[in-house]
Amino acid sequence: MGHMSMERRGFLATAVGGAFALAWSVPQDAMAQALNLPFSPAANGGQPLGVWVVIKPDDTVVVRIARSEMGQGTLTGLAQLVAEELEADWSKVTTEYVPPEVNQASKRAWGDMSTGGSRGIRTSVDYVRQGGAAARTMLVQAAAQRWNVDAGTCKAREGVVRHEASGRSLRYGELSAAAAQMPVPQNVVLKQPAEWTIIGKPLPRLDTVEKTNGTAQFAIDVKLPGMLSASIAQSPVFGAKLVSFDAASAMKKPGVKHVLAVGDGAVAVVADMWWQAKSALEAMPIVWSESENAAVDSAAIATRLAEGLKADQAAVGLKSGDAKAALASQQSAGKPVIEATYGTPFLNHATLEPMNCTAMVKDGIVEVWVGTQNGDATLAAAAEAGGVGLDKVKVHKYLLGGGFGRRGQQDYVRQAVTLAKQVPGQPVKLVWSREEDMQHGYYRPITQCRMQAVLDGKGGVEALHLRLSGQSILSYLAPDRIKDGLDPVQFQGLNAEEFGYTAIPHVLVDHAMRNTHVPVGFWRGVNHNQNAVYLECFIDELAHAAGQDPLAFRRTLLAKSPKNLAVLEAACAKAGWGTPTAPGVFRGMCQNYGFGSYTAAVAEVSVSKKGELTIHRIVAATDPGYVVNPDQVVAQVEGSFAYGLSALLYSENTVDKGRVVEGNFDTYEVARMADMPKVETVLAPSGGFWGGVGEPTIAVAAPAVLNAIFAATGKRVRQLPLKNVDLSHA
Amino acid sequence: MVKLDVNGRTHTLDIDPETPLLWALREHVGLTGTKYGCGVAQCGACSVHVDGVLQKSCQLPVGQVSGKVTTIEGLSPDGTHKLQLAWVAHQVPQCGYCQSGQLMAAAALLAEKPAPTDAEINEAMTNICRCGTYQRVRQAIHSAAGGKA
Repeated sequence: MGHMSMERRGFLATAVGGAFALAWSVPQDAMAQALNLPFSPAANGGQPLGVWVVIKPDDTVVVRIARSEMGQGTLTGLAQLVAEELEADWSKVTTEYVPPEVNQASKRAWGDMSTGGSRGIRTSVDYVRQGGAAARTMLVQAAAQRWNVDAGTCKAREGVVRHEASGRSLRYGELSAAAAQMPVPQNVVLKQPAEWTIIGKPLPRLDTVEKTNGTAQFAIDVKLPGMLSASIAQSPVFGAKLVSFDAASAMKKPGVKHVLAVGDGAVAVVADMWWQAKSALEAMPIVWSESENAAVDSAAIATRLAEGLKADQAAVGLKSGDAKAALASQQSAGKPVIEATYGTPFLNHATLEPMNCTAMVKDGIVEVWVGTQNGDATLAAAAEAGGVGLDKVKVHKYLLGGGFGRRGQQDYVRQAVTLAKQVPGQPVKLVWSREEDMQHGYYRPITQCRMQAVLDGKGGVEALHLRLSGQSILSYLAPDRIKDGLDPVQFQGLNAEEFGYTAIPHVLVDHAMRNTHVPVGFWRGVNHNQNAVYLECFIDELAHAAGQDPLAFRRTLLAKSPKNLAVLEAACAKAGWGTPTAPGVFRGMCQNYGFGSYTAAVAEVSVSKKGELTIHRIVAATDPGYVVNPDQVVAQVEGSFAYGLSALLYSENTVDKGRVVEGNFDTYEVARMADMPKVETVLAPSGGFWGGVGEPTIAVAAPAVLNAIFAATGKRVRQLPLKNVDLSHA
Repeated sequence: MVKLDVNGRTHTLDIDPETPLLWALREHVGLTGTKYGCGVAQCGACSVHVDGVLQKSCQLPVGQVSGKVTTIEGLSPDGTHKLQLAWVAHQVPQCGYCQSGQLMAAAALLAEKPAPTDAEINEAMTNICRCGTYQRVRQAIHSAAGGKA
């Protein structure tokens, strides 16, 4: 448990720069204050019943959402949780975002706004349901008072309170004004899963129609009176500084209003229109400083990581028994040690909406219009860049055109505010070009992994040593969380809580931290992705060496991890593991536990003699404990394969002369329709816990396919992506 | 001045004719449903129709556009094109950013091939979706085409 709680605490602290309490509790005065703060027009004319629910006279229910919607369906899921306890009529449910400054001013009455780590639902599930239950209680009490009956004789259902004995009923819209006068109950009893009518239903998302007709508003779509547009160039070599730029030449270009330095490592052209700004910027000579980082390339990084694979010093993330001794005794006895080394590259998030933020600094107030995964962090970043207090910032949250972890960072917010400060009174929309976005990410860290194991001769594994070498996310984003050289995030899927192969008596997982100058960050699924490739492919190698079927082999190794095994069995049953495939088609499997959910996949592939890979079918199973919206869980599972297979098949960021080489989707390729296999999803919720959904499945995409490729070709691919690998076979 | 016919309305724009149609639509006409994703005709987020033909508007100078432009806002008067309905029925969008382009590409496909095969969908639908809605895009196209999704 230690790793998870540390990770969570640190992630939050990272996000806002250090200091706030994790515990969620709302002081009464803060709640009262919050209710009087300005919200969006969506709730105008409505009555707030506690902090989560507003009910309007026409029965519209506005559920307030603190987390961010970036495609993962959290907006709808959170609304379902609240509506369930509210006993709402789902057809009347709408949502609005909680403005971060309102949360701030009310002592965080809405709790954590950060949206990452697949936590959007699972860590707010208790308090938002309590919010719904509190509002329902107030409505029932208002009805009971109006009828002068005992509240216990009244029942709320589908937006109506009924008094069965007298047959009277009142709609929520009729009760909301009176209900708002009731005290907000502090102790409410939540419904049992068997009583749920909204949770667990495949309800349509609340944000679908606007995304089919062009009206959905992303931050890049913001239009404000007098708004200027900006295009930015950041130092191509990470860490180099801005020396000079030829502003005069750019100022002669059409529409250009300003040429402005942005901190010490970037310059922007500000124009009437973005195209004008971008064109002028591209033509403008810019001089960057020399930097020792300019000598770094991918080969040098690979060499450095390879050294770490055999280094004496490494931080230990998991240890049971004595794997080193077991390996040494095997070697001294002249018995075989099975060994393999794997590696994965840097990866950009490549959200389809490039980084952008609109900012205005006027009369001491900083205002930003932005897609962010963390409203709290955006508020703090805008205040810091604007040089004002948190109470002088307004954050307008928009839909995110993809987040995947990238929009948890606030670099683009700081830049927009830094620009706006220099053009006071005028809104400035900063939009990164795709090339800027590609070359200035917080990349999925590059790692290599060397694994050694000995079999026990009885169909199992006696000892396993897994040595990671590579870049640490926390050492870049939150160095204060590195203790004794150990980055807990590095061990995702391989720590004491998450490692499933506990039937292996001797296990050692350690990490030789080898950092580079390339910025790294949380990439959807984070280190689970790489670690699952290493572990699950090596387990497959061991099964082969032991002469065992991969499923039978995992049954042995997962003997003490019944939930891991159950979800793997569910995937295998659906896929028909052990039954004949079509000629030339081969299967591979894998499993993982991360973000509180169990996942497994079986892939069916064929590889032509010339090496052309076809992924025919994926069967994916997931056990997230409880399922809030099964159709949305299925959508996340399907989508996870597109993201995970992009990383497997095509994507990599390489480094030359200290900079990222790839600039756009022609060189940073991603999965498209033709690459997308048929994905069959098995939901296997076992109940009793709330697991994440947005990320866990990505980890099982690549290893299932890689293990199937081995079955088809006899080739072990140990370095991603596959585009660099010859799969031809005899 | 550049004359531009968009969704049945004629606009006279004070604009550099070299400006890509994408930015003319977004910043001059004020229609932001058409998205910027790459600027190099790779991702398809900027897809529109010109005289019914699918075009990536990020690489098309507005001064060279003489035909009638249709954007996502003009695909149907009230958002009820059979593909839009299918998109809702299959709950296709996740983040939604690429979906205008996906819909315009799909509409062009169905106009040419009313009942496309999977292979024809693969060939025509090259738009990037980072959320990975491809499977549902495929299902929704088949569904709108009247086949089994």
